[in-house]
Amino acid sequence: MSNIRFRSVILNKRNLILETEFTPISSLAGGALIGLSAVMLMLTQGKIAGISGIVSRILPPSIDKKEFPQSILFIIGLLIAGPIWYVFFGEIPSQTVSNNLVILSSAGLLVGFGAVLGNGCTSGHGVCGLSRASIRSLVATITFMLTGFITVFILRNIMGL
Amino acid sequence: MKTLSTLISGLVFGIGLILSGMINPLKVQNFLDLFGTWDPSLAFVMGGAIIVTMPGFWLVQKRTKPFFNDKFYIPKAKDFDIRLMLGAGIFGVGWGLGGLCPGPALTSISISNNGIIIFVFTMIVGMLIAKIILK
Repeated sequence: MSNIRFRSVILNKRNLILETEFTPISSLAGGALIGLSAVMLMLTQGKIAGISGIVSRILPPSIDKKEFPQSILFIIGLLIAGPIWYVFFGEIPSQTVSNNLVILSSAGLLVGFGAVLGNGCTSGHGVCGLSRASIRSLVATITFMLTGFITVFILRNIMGL
Repeated sequence: MKTLSTLISGLVFGIGLILSGMINPLKVQNFLDLFGTWDPSLAFVMGGAIIVTMPGFWLVQKRTKPFFNDKFYIPKAKDFDIRLMLGAGIFGVGWGLGGLCPGPALTSISISNNGIIIFVFTMIVGMLIAKIILK
């Protein structure tokens, strides 16, 4: 039996490899950890683990002084995850980030603005909201997935980026 | 204990994002590229999270209050409106453009030497603008 598998590699117009490996096991396990974190935060703080909420509630003009320390601590937890991962495994899984600064900065602006306007992001609506069987979160999740699909389609097939 | 538990929650969330592959914007965009180089992994991330969170929330809320707070802070709004859909729609456009959402972007700051910091900066600006408009 040969272990060699021939796969066609799909390149975009800048000759970058677009394909990523399908990782059901590690994605499921990583998802379970995200869920565990959400349950921990609910059990200890009684709060929804929505990252956009955790960040935006400590921003002006309405800074939530009561939640400020907890939000900062959660964000520090996120920030030390990478370095701790590196200490244990010696490498960080590869990341392919757009090198188009106009795209990256507009993406950030839209994500931040949209998350606050829509009261949540992938974690708040997509994980915590769906787990609570919230209709609002279901509508939000379907909406952002739909506009995400359309955006990537236009970006790759029409703009060729 | 309160301090440590929140810090560990953030850490576990971040480790989950790294393990799941969500910190790779290309993987996220491939999940959204149904008709191209589709990578369904992200559905497994969401599935894995919900499998734990759904029974977890149910069990936790059998308590009268959380360990270190006065009550459970659960969003009460039930009906969906144009603001929710507009916000989620705009969020999705940005998510597709950059392949990044707030959690993976923040987690990546400490391990990336690329444009993610610019994304995080403009994301915070976007949040500020929305908060000022909504005030």
